Amino acid sequence: MGKIAGAQMIIKCLKEEGVEVIFGYPGGKVIPLYDALFDSDIRHILVRHEQGAAHAADGYARVTGKTGVCIATSGPGATNLVTGIANAHMDSIPIVAITGQVGTAQIGTDAFQEADITGIAAPITKHNYLVKDVKELPRVIKEAFIIASTGRPGPVLIDIPVDITTDLIDENFKVDISLPGYKPTLKGNLKQVKQAAKKITESKKPVIFAGGGVISSGASDILRKFVKVAKIPVITSLLGMGSFPETGELSLSMAGMHGTKYANLAFTEADLIIAVGVRFDDRVTGKLSEFAPNADVIHIDIDPAEIGKNIKVLIPIVGDAKIVLTDLKSEYEKYIEKKGIPDREQWLSRIKKLKEDYPLKYDRNSNKVKPAYVVEKIYELTKGDAIICTEVGQNQMWAAQYYKFTKPRTLVSSGGLGTMGFGLPASIGAKIGRPDKTVIDIAGDGSIQMVSQELSTAVTNKINIKIMLLNNGYLGMVRQWQQIFFKGRYSHTCIDNSVDFVKLVEAYGGVGFRVKKKEEVESAIKKALEINNLVLVDFWIDREENVYPMVAPGSPISEMLESEMLEGV
Amino acid sequence: MNHIISVLVENKAGVLAKISGLFSRRGFNIESLAVGPTDDEKISRITLSVNAEEHSIEQIVKQLYKLINVIKIQELDPLNIVERELVLIKVSADSKTRPEILEIVSVFRANIVDVGKKTIMIEITGNSSKVKALEDLLRPFGILELVRTGKIACSRGSKS
Repeated sequence: MGKIAGAQMIIKCLKEEGVEVIFGYPGGKVIPLYDALFDSDIRHILVRHEQGAAHAADGYARVTGKTGVCIATSGPGATNLVTGIANAHMDSIPIVAITGQVGTAQIGTDAFQEADITGIAAPITKHNYLVKDVKELPRVIKEAFIIASTGRPGPVLIDIPVDITTDLIDENFKVDISLPGYKPTLKGNLKQVKQAAKKITESKKPVIFAGGGVISSGASDILRKFVKVAKIPVITSLLGMGSFPETGELSLSMAGMHGTKYANLAFTEADLIIAVGVRFDDRVTGKLSEFAPNADVIHIDIDPAEIGKNIKVLIPIVGDAKIVLTDLKSEYEKYIEKKGIPDREQWLSRIKKLKEDYPLKYDRNSNKVKPAYVVEKIYELTKGDAIICTEVGQNQMWAAQYYKFTKPRTLVSSGGLGTMGFGLPASIGAKIGRPDKTVIDIAGDGSIQMVSQELSTAVTNKINIKIMLLNNGYLGMVRQWQQIFFKGRYSHTCIDNSVDFVKLVEAYGGVGFRVKKKEEVESAIKKALEINNLVLVDFWIDREENVYPMVAPGSPISEMLESEMLEGV
Repeated sequence: MNHIISVLVENKAGVLAKISGLFSRRGFNIESLAVGPTDDEKISRITLSVNAEEHSIEQIVKQLYKLINVIKIQELDPLNIVERELVLIKVSADSKTRPEILEIVSVFRANIVDVGKKTIMIEITGNSSKVKALEDLLRPFGILELVRTGKIACSRGSKS
């Protein structure tokens, strides 16, 4: 049996896991690993900052459903991954992060570029490993991929001291995995599923609340089929967008702080919430004590710790969304076969009325470049078929409100952590995962400047993403809060004239152009989609446009601020 | 309310840090903690005593279960367990007070494990209330040092 170095073993194991691409950045303690990678056919995307590697792996995972992989060196390389790992953790995205570490003999001596990354990352990883023997590598890597991708997905970090990557190991060395404490529950308790089916047939005003779990478990299809049978309106969380087509009449789009008013009112009037793969985040519930005051809750989630964490649940069902919904649909069908289809005409017409009465609105007659108008045009011109990545802030909310998501894995957005600078590197990962798709980063001028070095990554690797920059010269979401809640005192939120974005993207070898007039919006988007290169369109939008409707912090979601109530304040 | 949680974990480096870290970042306070290997050297038992509301305990247990190295968690019923803690107490003692201290020690069936010129060290094993009672009686003599192992507990009968 031949002997190979630990580094070669790592590559061998990654290949066995089906890894096709790695996002990373070399450094002292991963030189042996990069040396092994040099001979491998795994594609490596060299980012310009390790945070970009973690976000790209995250974006790749979101659009493909596969586990994203990133590599960084020890110390600062590893700590630069932290934000990206935390982001994946909050949104339950499967990534495996491999970090170099100082040699086993130096650990704990404050050696050059040493950081206790397993300690630092413990609260933001699903699990992590510090490998202390080359013989652990095959088992650890196998376990890491299992843990990252099964149950409630999440990031796993593997910290590998440099000597482990040069130690020799038998080429075919294998150790069985050992995870005695890890048994995610996939199948929901059938008794509870039956109870849920009964409860649904009895409900007069049910809503389904679909989240990221529906997408990650691949339950969008079965959700659609269930809704077709049960005729229940669907509200989504931000991460649940695409799990149910927003174009359908039973869709109420996104609820919450900047959700649709009709979704928030439907929650408030509902007598039953069937929550699937959601965690009732505070951005959705608003003032918790007044959230959905009339509703019982059926909560389906793979993570038992989410059930009952924020709100009281009548029927908890721990299990995989796809499996549980499949069972629920068949139990529900049995029920209505016996008892007949429940009459919900009144509720459905109420829903229709809410949608008619409270549509999303912005000043369509304005001559200014309205961000909502830009997003609507992007939707039209991509025929709703693009993958939309967002940064964080106003741009993100406009994208969520005005692009109509109809397919799962088409919105890539930082939900839980709200990470500015996520969109550009995530869109790089998304485009690599789905080269067949148009990938658009709907960006803000604040967020993109946190990661603008990744323009180089995209251009040099010919990753032709399209950046639609909604440029208002402000840290817009904070400015909006300052305007509404802090008497318009714009403390350190004005960033106008910070850079010429067209020249910036040109400096990196991409194409850029600027749009200052409404009538140029459509042709600019068309042109951007046609050019076979990275394109950044710098839309100079109406500077003080706000995101409405809006739930003020601490208010119930039924009380929404709207533009006409506030403009001119 | 006081709860005793018994957690079986894989006996691996860093596991205790993961558990204690989880408590602090979720805002829960550990009152006492005892760790040691079980009869299977690959598995350790961590006994935690926590003061928290029922709802919080449920959340603690669920969050603990999410740690990959946690194998099993038992919330012990305080009415149906044997609970013990070992405490070493060093008390000031001179020739005048020594007889009185010895008398207290014998009533509590505690042991004298060291006698110095001006001190006595007492070892007591028992549940919290017994330890507390002894501590209260010894305090007037001057407790110089008090070291406790943390509570351990085992449920009664055949339940494991």
